[in-house]
Amino acid sequence: MASSPRIGAKYTLDREALQNLIVELTDSGYQVMGPTMRDGAIIYDAVRSIADLPEGWTDDQEGGTYRLEKRLDNALFGYNVGPHSWKKFLFPPRQKLWTAKRSDQGFEIHPEEEEPLRYAFLGVRSCELHAIAIQDKVFMEDAYVDPVYKARRENLLIVAVNCGQAANTCFCVSMNTGPEAKAGFDLALTEVIDNDRHYFVAEAGSERGTGLLEKLSFESADSQEEAAANAAVNRAAEQMGRTLNTQGIRALLQDNPDHPRWDDVAKRCLSCANCTMACPTCFCSTVEDVTDLSGDHAERWRSWDSCFNLDFTYMGGGHTRHSFKSRYRQWMTHKLSTWHDQFDTSGCVGCGRCITWCPEGIDITEEAAAIRKTPKSQEKKK
Amino acid sequence: MQGNASTATTQPMIPLPHRILKVRRETGDVFSIETQPEGDESDFHFVPGQFNMVYVFGVGEVPLSISGDPARTHTLTHTIRSVGWVTQALKKMKKGDRIGVRGPFGTPWPFQEAAGNDVVIVAGGVGLAPLRPVIYKLLAEREQYGNISILYGARNPDDLLYGKELEKWRGRFDLHVDATVDSAKRGWMGNVGVVTQLIPKAISDPDNTLAMICGPEIMMRFTVNELQKQGIENSNIYLTMERNMKCAIGFCGHCQFGPEFICKDGPVFSYERVRNIFGKREI
Ligand SMILES: Cc1cc2nc3c(=O)[nH]c(=O)nc-3n(C[C@H](O)[C@H](O)[C@H](O)COP(=O)(O)OP(=O)(O)OC[C@H]3O[C@@H](n4cnc5c(N)ncnc54)[C@H](O)[C@@H]3O)c2cc1C
Ligand code: SF4
Ligand code: SF4
Ligand code: FES
Repeated sequence: MASSPRIGAKYTLDREALQNLIVELTDSGYQVMGPTMRDGAIIYDAVRSIADLPEGWTDDQEGGTYRLEKRLDNALFGYNVGPHSWKKFLFPPRQKLWTAKRSDQGFEIHPEEEEPLRYAFLGVRSCELHAIAIQDKVFMEDAYVDPVYKARRENLLIVAVNCGQAANTCFCVSMNTGPEAKAGFDLALTEVIDNDRHYFVAEAGSERGTGLLEKLSFESADSQEEAAANAAVNRAAEQMGRTLNTQGIRALLQDNPDHPRWDDVAKRCLSCANCTMACPTCFCSTVEDVTDLSGDHAERWRSWDSCFNLDFTYMGGGHTRHSFKSRYRQWMTHKLSTWHDQFDTSGCVGCGRCITWCPEGIDITEEAAAIRKTPKSQEKKK
Repeated sequence: MQGNASTATTQPMIPLPHRILKVRRETGDVFSIETQPEGDESDFHFVPGQFNMVYVFGVGEVPLSISGDPARTHTLTHTIRSVGWVTQALKKMKKGDRIGVRGPFGTPWPFQEAAGNDVVIVAGGVGLAPLRPVIYKLLAEREQYGNISILYGARNPDDLLYGKELEKWRGRFDLHVDATVDSAKRGWMGNVGVVTQLIPKAISDPDNTLAMICGPEIMMRFTVNELQKQGIENSNIYLTMERNMKCAIGFCGHCQFGPEFICKDGPVFSYERVRNIFGKREI
């Protein structure tokens, strides 16, 4: 046993300690969510023990394809990001905002109150930490605050996992969002499998993190163990399947709304909205006002929406963005360009989900490169 | 702002009940509803240019500009054209009925910038509604501004809003009021043609004139062109934008207009700010 753990120092945990971590979190009232296998994909759901983790599995990703494969080792985090992202817990896909009852006075509205959920996320990748920070800006740090998001976010405990490999669709290095978790976590783990030894190099990012380590059996990491963890992260960085040149991208896209490439991609895009549903930063939603049969009871529900849906821009008899071209342009321009104007950050963290989960394999990095190749500056209006 | 029934900052997602005091028919399909917040907080403060999300029980919620006098804080007025589900349900409401109101949201018209200058207001159709609070405010502090012109265009004479008030304003010596219609029936003595034709006569000192425009986008486009032709700077032209809105608080993403969120960065923008995207197809 080392002395009291410190923020930023490196420690080692073994597999058993990871199991104890899950138990410890559960016992202290957290709902532990982590990667688990379901219907041929790795998704995020309740995790009760390390047996729920996709041990010995990896994923093979390309534009439009995702396949799980057996690994040669028994790594617990030996894959990259799947079709789900953590946003589904903080910003639920469907959520009741309030209930209204008809009364003598007309009606009364009752806000939906929830006992704030206490989530612990296990296995958050660096790009995903950045995605959470981006949604924080949307829901908590701008003009208005979303109370449900804020309550869940403030209770959230994050155990990050550094990537030891990258998917073909990954480009976090280009977006400066990974592969190593640098901030925004309580605990960060790097999985190391070294001959017969399977362990995690752990770093606390907060006092909650050191507090957790305190309850586990940990050792100070020696230089060899630290080097092994660094090597794992470096391997991921070298394996990046994609790159995206972000230099001047904000102006590049806003200056090229008439680029012929938008017509080209429009021929391939099905406007299915998969990319926006899979994307960990997309925040758009719509509301639905419903009543029961008696008509005395009404509710408002909010659910995820997408700029690829035609009705997204409906205005009295017409739609602002009718063509697929304009919808794809909105999506990509928002992600890579106008997001900077709005939230002072890119809206893309380079996780590659939109590439993998596009049925046509449309690739944001390729589309951005095509526009960069032959930019036509918009003629400035008077 | 004590006692203000604004929900915008505390519980921005929760509509507050309002009781309808009066429903007034304006034209064939346009009507105004005057309401009062229920409960202890009986005042509603806003600045001209702002809008509310108005909820009809069990039907839905739509963005509506505030069209009443900002100085009369004990009532709230919206002027509405009935076009679909929610606005038709609103049209059926009577005195004593309840609606829900969230707001006020959005940016004001530029009064500080207008002070000391001539002001030209150009409205098309129901576009006069969001500008009426401007007119009330300018008149209430009349001495702070130079010449004030109200230029108003509608499809035909029956579509002109606020007829009695227009007449009253027309009678004032310190106000230039000019209206035009696209097509007139017999008996119409006024102008026939587009509203942009009224602009040259209303501008005498373009360097010190500020314009505020509201109407259909196509009308605003031609109006901007004409104002530019008269020598008014882009940064002295203001307009108000409309897009689908589901939240009014920057969450739902529906109102995005290039880099802008119309609900929180607008709806009032200087033309200078949006000129690269304004009028661009499908932005
Ligand atoms: C900032 C702002 C201020 C507005 N001020 C006024 C006003 O003062 N008076 C007035 O009559 N109208 C105003 N409108 C337009 C008004 O919101 C629409 O006419 C209304 O939403 C139509 O709803 P509906 O359910 O009756 O129509 P439907 O056709 O049944 O519409 C269904 C839904 O589509 C959306 N929608 C349809 N048309 C529009 C539209 N033009 N703008 C935005 N969303 C739309 C709404 O979400 C609506 O609930 C304003 C719009 C905005 C964005
Ligand atoms: S890309 Fe589309 S769905 Fe995603 S946040 Fe932007 S507008 Fe919304
Ligand atoms: S745009 Fe694509 S790569 Fe970027 S964060 Fe969203 S899903 Fe990931
Ligand atoms: S109306 Fe929802 S973001 Fe503007």
